Amino acid sequence: MTPSLDTVSVILVYSAIAVYSLAFIAFTMDLARRAGEVRTVASASVRASAPAAAAINGSTATAVLDREQIEAGDATASRGRLVWLRIGLSLTIIGFVVHLVATVLRGLAAERVPWANMYEFSLTATLIITAVFLGVQLREDLRFLGTFIVGLVVVLLGLSTVGFYVSVVPLPPSLQSIWLIIHVFVASLGTAFLGLGFALSVMQLLQHRREALPAESRFSRMKAMASLPGAEKLENLAYRLIIVGFVFWTFTLIAGAIWAEAAWGRYWGWDVKEVWTFVIWTIFAGYIHARSTRGWRGVPSAWLAIVGFSAVLFNYTIVNLFFNGLHSYSGLTE
Amino acid sequence: MEGVLRPSDHIDSKPVAGGGVNEPKLGVVGYLRFFWRQLTSMRTALVLLLLLAVAAVPGSLVPQRSADPNGVAQYFLSNPDLAPILDTIQLFDVYTSAWFSAIYLLLFVSLVGCIIPRIRHHWQAMRARPPRTPKRLERLEGHVRSERAEGTVAEAVDTAEKTLKRAGYRTERYGDSVSAERGYLRETGNLVFHSALVGVLVTVGVGGGFGYQGQKIIVEGQTFVNTLLAFDSFSPGRFFDQDSLDPYSLTLDQLDVVYEEENLDALGQPTDFTAHMQLLDQDGTASEGEIKVNHPLRVHGNDVFLLGNGYAPVITVRDGEGNIAFSEAVPFLPQDANLTSLGVVKVPDALPEQLGLVGFAYPTQGYLDTGAMTSVYPDDIRPVVSFNVFTGDLGVDDGIPRSVYELDTSEMTMVAGRGADNDPVILELGQTQDLPDGLGSVTFESMPRFVSVDVHHDPSQLWVLVFAILVLLGLLSSLFIPRRRVWIRVTAGADGGTTIDYAGLARGEDPGLSAAVAALAKQHADRL
Ligand code: HEM
Repeated sequence: MTPSLDTVSVILVYSAIAVYSLAFIAFTMDLARRAGEVRTVASASVRASAPAAAAINGSTATAVLDREQIEAGDATASRGRLVWLRIGLSLTIIGFVVHLVATVLRGLAAERVPWANMYEFSLTATLIITAVFLGVQLREDLRFLGTFIVGLVVVLLGLSTVGFYVSVVPLPPSLQSIWLIIHVFVASLGTAFLGLGFALSVMQLLQHRREALPAESRFSRMKAMASLPGAEKLENLAYRLIIVGFVFWTFTLIAGAIWAEAAWGRYWGWDVKEVWTFVIWTIFAGYIHARSTRGWRGVPSAWLAIVGFSAVLFNYTIVNLFFNGLHSYSGLTE
Repeated sequence: MEGVLRPSDHIDSKPVAGGGVNEPKLGVVGYLRFFWRQLTSMRTALVLLLLLAVAAVPGSLVPQRSADPNGVAQYFLSNPDLAPILDTIQLFDVYTSAWFSAIYLLLFVSLVGCIIPRIRHHWQAMRARPPRTPKRLERLEGHVRSERAEGTVAEAVDTAEKTLKRAGYRTERYGDSVSAERGYLRETGNLVFHSALVGVLVTVGVGGGFGYQGQKIIVEGQTFVNTLLAFDSFSPGRFFDQDSLDPYSLTLDQLDVVYEEENLDALGQPTDFTAHMQLLDQDGTASEGEIKVNHPLRVHGNDVFLLGNGYAPVITVRDGEGNIAFSEAVPFLPQDANLTSLGVVKVPDALPEQLGLVGFAYPTQGYLDTGAMTSVYPDDIRPVVSFNVFTGDLGVDDGIPRSVYELDTSEMTMVAGRGADNDPVILELGQTQDLPDGLGSVTFESMPRFVSVDVHHDPSQLWVLVFAILVLLGLLSSLFIPRRRVWIRVTAGADGGTTIDYAGLARGEDPGLSAAVAALAKQHADRL
């Protein structure tokens, strides 16, 4: 007997997880190398700038050692590191292709879009997170987020394959709707952008801590952060991704209401899933305001982005599994 | 920042010295003004937004009366001590509670207070001239300088103005320079967004009051007339007027259900419900319609939704004197996925004594391991009903409303059933069985299906949708349209040519500014 499409799909999912894990290791190697390198660059530039600095004012010598110098050192010192970044990115692309095929096969096996229960939704959402991560690289070099994003994908995909897998069953009538296709897909897109924004906000906070350290100890502590963009740059990047995610989330909210009207006869009923979608939307509206409010830009707004994305994850895992509402689409009970 | 108006604690506004707190004597008006400024500040809006998010959460942890009344009842049973306490702080009605309402009302007062002055300001700003060209463009972002050996100053300025106009800028000439500004739509979008939020809230709040919503069970072959009395349950909005009900009638011809028959993992799972309806208008025009899950029937300003389905066995009861005391389709409530269903038959007119039957309907009868009957498939392949039979007082004459799905047996004796002298009544389709002691007989005539429908009328929902779309459009233009100023200045070169300076200024988030200035410089050079 030839294996069913779904069986092949599952094998490919496991393969994708394996490849992503390798990519994760490569990205982590890169971070580790950065930490090592900062030390060498630092000591090199201390030596190089010491005579010049001594001529002007001895005490500024260490202060000059800022990111620019390390970036200038990038070209020579980091050839070895770049290799790890390239390997990480290539493996992510390979993992993505395998993942894509697995997801398409699942759709073919089910004869519909592959995002109608929790397992399938995880499959598609992580695929989109990876796609957005790869796509963003065309505009902006965010490979340093690899450890974070690919790590998140490995965990989510692994957990849901082990924990949420259900075999292909036909769609219950309540899910037979064009809005399933639109609403859930856009929610995944939103999740992907908000997730990238979350990763950047975490980096931003770490970078902020590092920047607050006295100059001397910057080279002994939080070394891996030294070669990453500064906190403000990270914050701007996070903001630009989160507003895209926010627009998708707004659309998800509206599309969900339209679907609820068609299926249940009311566009809004404070069902648990609706509550959480609203809460998340409100937190990110708060984030956007915080960015424009004196005293809230920087660290507080980064925390809001982190809380917001945690609510997204909570909504997707805990709310789906343990809260009962109308949206019981995990396919796990019944 | 001139051009757009922002609350004083906006990141682009200059801090107000003292912030009003240290002003010597405030007086009543002063306090009011101070209070108003606080309420319409960015910080207040932000804090209220976050409060709203936090306040919405408990409604997902505790069952809500509006969405899940049974859950609330259950909660009271399982937490008899805690539930009344939660109830006093309105935790079972979070979204209509005083504290939740207070937060969003404050938020919207703040919102209105914030946008009205901004709309006024923006209206004027849209008609103001772009500002004077700064003296030293080389200090600004994306500055580019190009030297040209030929051409005149006047010609270069003309072309600069044309180039900027074509790129969508509003322009103004100041001597040999052009000042240009674009992106008013960003602020317009922001104002549309915030105003449309107010629109959503107002339409939801006011418009919902004119609507109504009713539930009705219709058995195949039966007709429902859209009048207040015909509904099984009905909840009107605040401003509902009974005369607004249009008395059309709906007949359920047939409910078709498709079951999965091939996939072994989902055998018997319903994959499609279609209710075939006949619609009869008041003026006598007849038409046909269909209701499916996700596809309501839209008639006369009503939306008719398919919410549930089940079986309504037709049961005939003859009493001890041989009269037909009861013959009706009785909707049974489904208890499991295979539609083992529970139902009650009350026969108050039976002689010599009232009769009550409690029992199950099995669309496809089978057995559990314990030997008890169950349904093994939801389609009606081998329908069977089984009843315990009671005699005595049904309690229907004492004026206390009783559920049709429950039988109060406290004043009754079981004459047939488990634990009684006689076995329960078990009937296949078409069978009749005599009751013990000459009490009569029961016949299982047929097994039609029923649907439960929800009839809705909500005149506000179209407007809510319109405002929601405006929210989205406003958001898109306010987040992604860059607002920027660009200047082009031409000076005559020492040996006849021209020197042209290009520079820009971002107004708010604008990561693409330098690239845009460079692109303009290139377009300008190409057209010269
Ligand atoms: C229901 C409450 C509110 C929500 C959901 C909300 C949401 C948003 C969102 C999503 C944005 C970003 C998109 C845009 O620029 O249009 C925004 C921007 C803005 N909001 Fe609100 N808002 C609310 C209330 C308020 C209030 C009460 C104020 C006045 C204090 C306010 C002032 C602003 C301002 C000034 C901006 C522009 C920020 C900037 O310059 O970048 N908002 N709001």
